[in-house]
Amino acid sequence: MTTRVAAETTDAELVQRAKAGELDAFEMLTTRHERRVYSLAMRMLRQEQDAEDITQQTFLSALENLDGFRGEASFSTWLLRIASHAALKVIRKRRGLETVSLEAATEASEHFDSIPHPEFIADWRQSPEQLVRKHEIQRLLDEALARLDEKHRLVFLLRDVEGLSIRETAEALDLSEANVKVRLLRARLQLREQLTQTLGDPATQVVRSHPHEH
Amino acid sequence: MKCEELLAMLNEYVDGTVDPTICEEFEKHMAGCNPCQLVVDNIRKTITLYKAGRPYELPAQFHGRLHDALREKWKEKHKSK
Repeated sequence: MTTRVAAETTDAELVQRAKAGELDAFEMLTTRHERRVYSLAMRMLRQEQDAEDITQQTFLSALENLDGFRGEASFSTWLLRIASHAALKVIRKRRGLETVSLEAATEASEHFDSIPHPEFIADWRQSPEQLVRKHEIQRLLDEALARLDEKHRLVFLLRDVEGLSIRETAEALDLSEANVKVRLLRARLQLREQLTQTLGDPATQVVRSHPHEH
Repeated sequence: MKCEELLAMLNEYVDGTVDPTICEEFEKHMAGCNPCQLVVDNIRKTITLYKAGRPYELPAQFHGRLHDALREKWKEKHKSK
């Protein structure tokens, strides 16, 4: 039995209908969120085939585990959680890392004391509104993102690009909020550093011969 | 306010969720510190740029393949019920 799905139907309603056996509802959910999941996967893995695999895995997993989804987090947050873990798994596999314990070991060093200070500081020549209209900008953004450690990149993508709260990000990645904050800061500072080198107006560059004193 | 303290609160300041007293400290510091003003401004612009990016388009035919796979799985799942 197929039922038409109105465009205004919320995700929560679609989830209920999918749980009740409506395939159309689940397909609608998929259509709504597939680009978002694919984008996250592409930004994490930088390869179409891998991103496709992750995207497919994510929705198949959501389908399989739909009964257990209780709606405490939003459906899209749940999808991003599944996709994030799948992406990290692929990255670890690429590097030949067997266990998660390596992660835990490096976690101890994640503290605000060890955050590097900004180095290249300048005012940007153009506003974001002007910049987004340029074709080259997307490539610049992607390249800067690709240079981040994947742990930092993922937090930035979830929090700043996807708009999850610190808490939702922490829950999606099984991290403490404190951890999320440190990773987010590192990501933001590193992206700022790289983008400013290209987009900064050299005429406004701050040149410091000594470290920050106050 | 020392540099390290400022750095530790940078996220909250940029996101506008910082405690008002700390916010005051921040602004006081920034009023006399051009580099910090620029860094904060740079970060805001960085986030704005990334937020404005459009999602990737799915590769040709992937949407079709994905939905085919879902339908297969759905059939399997509901057959065994």
